[in-house]
Amino acid sequence: MNSEDDTITAISTPVGEGGISIIRVSGDEAIPIVKKLFVGKDLAKVASHTINYGHIVDPKTHEEVDEVMVSVMRAPKTYTREDVCEINCHGGLLATNRILQLTIAAGARMAEPGEFTKRAFLNGRLDLSQAEAVMDLIRAKTDKSMKVALGQLDGDLSRLIRKLRQEILNVLAQVEVNIDYPEYDGAETMTSKMMHDHAVTIQKKIEKLLATAREGKILRDGLATAIIGRPNVGKSSLLNSLLHEDKAIVTNVAGTTRDVIEEYVNVKGVPLKLIDTAGIRHTEDKVEKIGVERSKKAIEQADLILLLIDSSQKLTDEDRELIKQTSASPRIIIYNKADLPAQVDVKELQSLVGDSRIIKTSMTEHQGVDQLSQAIAKLFFNEGVESSQNTVMVTNARHIGLLRQADSALDDVLKGLADGMPVDLVQIDMRRAWDLLGQITGDSYQDELLDQLFSQFCLGK
Amino acid sequence: MQISEAIQYDSDSYDVIVVGAGHAGCEAALAAARMGNKTLLVTISLEMVAFMPCNPSLGGPAKGVVVREIDALGGEMGHNIDKTYIQMRMLNTSKGPAVRALRAQADKHAYHRQMKWTLEKQANLTLRQATVDDLIVEDGVCHGVITNTGARYRAKTVVLTVGTAARGKIIIGELQYESGPNNSKSATKLSECLERLGFDLERFKTGTPPRINGNTINYDETEEQPGDETPHHFSFDTPDSKYLSVSDQISCWLTYTNPHTHDIIRQNLDRAPMFSGVIKGVGPRYCPSIEDKIVRFADKDRHQLFLEPEGRDTDEYYVDGLSTSMPEEIQQRMLHSVKGLEKASLMRPGYAIEYDVVSPYQLRPTLETKRIKNLYTAGQTNGTSGYEEAAGQGLIAGINAGLRALGKKPFVLQRSEAYIGVMIDDLVTKGTKEPYRLLTSRAEYRLLLRHDNADFRLMGKGHEIGLVSDERYQKMLAKKAAVKAEVARLESLRLKPGSPADDFIQQHGDHPLKDAVTAATLLKRPYFDYQTLLKFIPAPEKPLDRQVAEQVEITLKYEGYIKKEEVRVNRLKRMEAKKIPEDIDYSAIEGLATEGRQKLDKIRPETLAQASRISGVNPADLAILSVYIQQGKIAKRSDRK
Repeated sequence: MNSEDDTITAISTPVGEGGISIIRVSGDEAIPIVKKLFVGKDLAKVASHTINYGHIVDPKTHEEVDEVMVSVMRAPKTYTREDVCEINCHGGLLATNRILQLTIAAGARMAEPGEFTKRAFLNGRLDLSQAEAVMDLIRAKTDKSMKVALGQLDGDLSRLIRKLRQEILNVLAQVEVNIDYPEYDGAETMTSKMMHDHAVTIQKKIEKLLATAREGKILRDGLATAIIGRPNVGKSSLLNSLLHEDKAIVTNVAGTTRDVIEEYVNVKGVPLKLIDTAGIRHTEDKVEKIGVERSKKAIEQADLILLLIDSSQKLTDEDRELIKQTSASPRIIIYNKADLPAQVDVKELQSLVGDSRIIKTSMTEHQGVDQLSQAIAKLFFNEGVESSQNTVMVTNARHIGLLRQADSALDDVLKGLADGMPVDLVQIDMRRAWDLLGQITGDSYQDELLDQLFSQFCLGK
Repeated sequence: MQISEAIQYDSDSYDVIVVGAGHAGCEAALAAARMGNKTLLVTISLEMVAFMPCNPSLGGPAKGVVVREIDALGGEMGHNIDKTYIQMRMLNTSKGPAVRALRAQADKHAYHRQMKWTLEKQANLTLRQATVDDLIVEDGVCHGVITNTGARYRAKTVVLTVGTAARGKIIIGELQYESGPNNSKSATKLSECLERLGFDLERFKTGTPPRINGNTINYDETEEQPGDETPHHFSFDTPDSKYLSVSDQISCWLTYTNPHTHDIIRQNLDRAPMFSGVIKGVGPRYCPSIEDKIVRFADKDRHQLFLEPEGRDTDEYYVDGLSTSMPEEIQQRMLHSVKGLEKASLMRPGYAIEYDVVSPYQLRPTLETKRIKNLYTAGQTNGTSGYEEAAGQGLIAGINAGLRALGKKPFVLQRSEAYIGVMIDDLVTKGTKEPYRLLTSRAEYRLLLRHDNADFRLMGKGHEIGLVSDERYQKMLAKKAAVKAEVARLESLRLKPGSPADDFIQQHGDHPLKDAVTAATLLKRPYFDYQTLLKFIPAPEKPLDRQVAEQVEITLKYEGYIKKEEVRVNRLKRMEAKKIPEDIDYSAIEGLATEGRQKLDKIRPETLAQASRISGVNPADLAILSVYIQQGKIAKRSDRK
């Protein structure tokens, strides 16, 4: 049930635009939720209307997701008149979405379109003249977004979720029948052991589904890729080579910024969204124009960096600077012009780039491009994307968030059982998992449980 | 007008009139009278007061909690069963505290007599035998009732608890006749009156099994089900010392149907009113007839039958599980095919009964009808089944009819406060397609709605209404304080590594203590209960009552889960606080989806939370509705300026 008292979350900057993205969280739980993900100052204790430096860390895997600034604004002097936290992150699509999902997994609900504004109105921050605008907003967007959200559910995913729900429902019904009809002999008694086994099986399936989430995301939105390097290292050739390699250019999208053109290219099934290809084309020939500043922006936006080094020349300070700047991002180092005599100190290069993969190429000889493509695919999909094309994937941030919440509800089931709690109490968390999955498919009615109860068991006392 | 004007006369005036003296009617009348209202309770037959036409049993999962809730609010059911039970059992003792359930076998005749006597002794209450044929309604407001004897009684409020008497029809095989429960008189004209007033009535069906003579049961072929030794009662006021020893209780007996029984039924399905199209009313899924069970669960080769004694001074037994409307001849053959019942002598055949129900979407959460002011309905009339469900509604309807008569604000229980609140909200918000029975799974906060804390949850409210005496209320507060004190004590007592408690922990295969822990923390471990804990800590100044110790244990042991539920409840409460104006015009709100608009207009929810529970009202509708309401509030505020 969507409630006005839920804490809500959303990306509040246009996706894919600008170097910084903001994830806004509003509601009673806003500060505790962000606190769960934030490593830095204790957000519960910082003063209101302060901005705090730190990192977002996945509380489950302890993996660092991004370096961020978090604004903490306590009610009532906020846009919604509720507690608000805004996470300013580096803006790559993957990182931004990941943070959004983490806020959902930590207990926030994905905001409906216009919901922040709606709250501002309900909490008396906007006046009556603005109410009509709010109504229009809700009318225009909510129905549509619901349809879109449900429409996005592809048949396979919803079938899978419904199957999972049915599995949970069977467990729930069995526990309920034991409770409501304690003398009825037609139902096996659900023991802690059985409940445990069911929870583990179901959780495995949810986690398997979640593992597809990242892949699915990439498949849907494309992997923001920056081709970086000092002038004349062969960026343009690489670009042409990639475009040439794969004739199936998905689309040319004119961005909102004047000169940014996004070009998509499909590399071994990985859709790359190439950043600032126009910039590459414009600056490549002009030796005097230095690409560093431009590169900086591209690095911030990118989910993948292809860094070119001219192997026929010694490493310059500029090269070293670019290697340093990209060290935190997933990257592949391209050792280009391998057809020419090598001048680069390979040992120095290796020590500078650390674990990053180095691929030798020659754009003029058309060598190494295939290895590069394979490296890209391998970097993002453990076994290459082809092999997983037939499996169901989760791509929607809301779905991922709900699945993660269901996953953590099942953690609670297992913890309760380990603590020796009776099955009917642990049931509370089992049922939560069922409700959460139901929010994905749009069916969450209690009547289902009663229907199950009375169709499965012959009850009569 | 159906009663000849000529015989009509103006009789007395009352504050509250209750029609029907079943389990709902008795609670309604007692509550109204005890609140200080001059009250009239009219019943078709004084022999049917608080009668149990079905199981001679009260309580069980969910229902047992309702009995405790009624008791905490100041109702009578708990007292009445504590005085007349013949067996008491606590069910689900191996499960968590939220689902433990007390159930009693009642002496059904003693139960009736005891309740009738209580009514007779009650100040402000008149008990009278008569059939109500008509309501006095002027301009959409109910002002009283008219009986078949021509008496016109005027009242400020009227509560209808008509039960299965409402145009009741009994069906046994090919035989059909107009009748209320157990061959009592049916009430036909009242249904016609309700139809004239524009109420939407539905037809429901329920049934009962045959009764047999206990002297003809071969008990050797059955399994004995005795009562409990550990004392338990329903009422807060009944002391453990009053508990009947097991030898003073009467056992139930368990036997089973078999493939032969099922063959008899299958061969005669063409004579089963359930399947021949004779029965049109909708029956309950959770209490199916035996013929229904055999058709729907064809692969089951046996069904349980519980033989339940109907009282102390009778040998009549109720054959629980064999509810049927098959012809009498087939019923006898079915019975005789069962182990232990080969020679059973049938005393009364089972029957199905069809009756009228006021579709409950026509009610407010106070159980007042939306259509006619000052008219309330409760019990089976509202589509429920079960004595406890009826009594719970009767109490709420009686309280509200009484409060209205006194000019006071209405009383509504929330879903988070009581099973009674869950039930009434389900009824008025979702309606029901079959006779409604409470189940624990209907309550989303069942860990908070336990039978053992009904007194803490509701006695304060009962006291405020005037149904709980100061003395009783103080007793509850003292119990609450004792629980709080002992919890605080356990939270401050620390047990050190190397102490006997540590040894005990290791005996149970747990890791030895690293640091000192509080006694409260230890209690959370599965192998500790309060009594075990006492072996390792100083005893409290004076030993705790059994009930206090139980509360301490539950409070601490399940603290994590209880807190989780409380967080959810607090969120719900904030949404319940968002009231929808009573005069709202849904057709004036642009943007509502058609289905949402129709449902909202039909149910007319009182709060946003209630609106959110209506199926067919989607989140967009709710968002628009909440903005619309806020808009109205701002407009009003600026008007005042």
